[in-house]
Amino acid sequence: MRWLVRGAVAAAVLAGLLGLARVIEGGLMEYAQRVLLLAGINVILAVGLNLINGTTGQFSIGHAGFMAVGAYTCAWVGQHLAPGVAGAVGAGAIADAISLNAALVSGAVTAALAGVIVGVPSLRLKGDYLAIVTLGFGEIIRIVFNNWKALGGATGYSGEDPAGLPAWTTLFWVYAWVVVIITVVRNVTFSQTGRSLIAIREDEVAAEAMATPTTRLKVVAFVLSAAAAGVAGGLFAHLQAGIRPEDFRLEKSIDMIVMIIVGGLGSITGAVVGGVFMAVALELMRDLEEYRLVLYALLLILIMILRPEGLFGSRELSFGWLRRKARGGEPAS
Amino acid sequence: MNVLELGRVEKTFGGLRAVGGVTLSVADKAIFGLIGPNGAGKTTLFNVITGVYRPDGGTVRFLGQDISGWAPARVAAAGIARTFQNIRVFRSMTVEENVMVAGHRIHRANLLDAVLRNGRWERDEQEFRRRATELLEIMNLRGVAREPAGSLPYGSQRRLEIARALMLSPRLLLLDEPAAGMNSQEAAELERQIRFLRDELGLTVVLVEHNMSVVMSVCERIHVVDHGETVCEGPPAEVKVHPRVLAAYLGEEVPEPAAEATP
Repeated sequence: MRWLVRGAVAAAVLAGLLGLARVIEGGLMEYAQRVLLLAGINVILAVGLNLINGTTGQFSIGHAGFMAVGAYTCAWVGQHLAPGVAGAVGAGAIADAISLNAALVSGAVTAALAGVIVGVPSLRLKGDYLAIVTLGFGEIIRIVFNNWKALGGATGYSGEDPAGLPAWTTLFWVYAWVVVIITVVRNVTFSQTGRSLIAIREDEVAAEAMATPTTRLKVVAFVLSAAAAGVAGGLFAHLQAGIRPEDFRLEKSIDMIVMIIVGGLGSITGAVVGGVFMAVALELMRDLEEYRLVLYALLLILIMILRPEGLFGSRELSFGWLRRKARGGEPAS
Repeated sequence: MNVLELGRVEKTFGGLRAVGGVTLSVADKAIFGLIGPNGAGKTTLFNVITGVYRPDGGTVRFLGQDISGWAPARVAAAGIARTFQNIRVFRSMTVEENVMVAGHRIHRANLLDAVLRNGRWERDEQEFRRRATELLEIMNLRGVAREPAGSLPYGSQRRLEIARALMLSPRLLLLDEPAAGMNSQEAAELERQIRFLRDELGLTVVLVEHNMSVVMSVCERIHVVDHGETVCEGPPAEVKVHPRVLAAYLGEEVPEPAAEATP
């Protein structure tokens, strides 16, 4: 019964997304669509990063590296998969969808593997080792792709077609993945695993004394977070005509951290808001040209002064919370 | 059968000998006191038993098994639960969630179950909540189950640490200054709760405590340490009047100066 209800809800959400995507694609300028696509990718990055940086309290400052691994894998796999898929089901939207999602899954898997390699040695230790190791990892990955001739080296990878990578990243698929990633992260966060992750953040010594397998759980959170960055990288790759190592510099990692801090560390809702904020704020300020980054920095400073805990703090927007607010959250005056 | 046996346990920090060869045994279902002046090495001993520190010498045996040098999570899973002198509750989590965290060992649902929110996950959550509620009831915290743990007064946070430790279903409970910061009424309630844990739940309790009225009334045997070494051990009545204990706590008695010629 419950599975029936859930299936129905999932189908309704997908149908709604599909309808909405159609309407928006028909009605909005390409420019606005692009902002929406970037916002969705940002949300995936932020919600994923928040699981390790916000919920678990282990700081990663090299997530652009995982995004790069996912992007290159996804682009390469997509290139090599697409002809076969098109041959099997006939070229068209369905073939594109199959190729995109298979490539995204492969991007998530390689990013997760990279997460295991980085996470296992550095998360055995308490303290800020993860920050140092991920910082190094992000740079190493960028340099590796910079020198990987088969993947285009410094000029980047754009596939076999001179027109570049196929534009598979549509509003529907971006937001379908947003829904999947948020659902997974939410369900992990509000479970025994999530409680243990928060316990590790609050007091690792006490968590260990309560028989919590701290290293294993930290690695799980980190790997999930890396996989999300991999998916975001794959979507990003098929939004561009090509990807370059320059797209995944340290600044990209810092952008992700800014998103989750603006939204409120530890809050999924905050990560969503932070991701959207980052995409929209940067676009709205595009006309200001060179003053853009100055204003952007001022905006961040203002947020830190006015709401140091981030826009949402560690709170979540939930149906229960909305109900309570509606029922009588307002103080009687 | 002894639940806990320490054999010549040593721990040094650089040049400081925090524990220098302490030997003691705690019988099953005992309430055992560990006392001594500040800096005597009591908390260090707790940290050696629970695996936070690796002993530099000697052995720690739990139910006959040598657990010296085990990692803290493994020690906890084996059945030794503890509370902390400097309260370590998970402050931003609710009281109930604090307790549920310690159920990790008994949870059956894996990550995939949690992501799918299936029946196994739900049964686990319900079972955890039920057990947590039971333990909060015992420690008289049920009314604040949904409050953030950091907002509770100190006495309640100390009781919460005990409830959380109980969630591990331990055989041995180590309490590090559980009565610190409690008024006399709260301390009396704590005594009753400690006896309940032993009498009704069959736990063995080792207690580090400075509140002597609590120690003397609740413990059956008391082990006194000073400068990392054993001073004496015995039932409260004996320990209370032991000259070396008095010396350790109050200082050596200076022989009265020969009476000056009184005018």
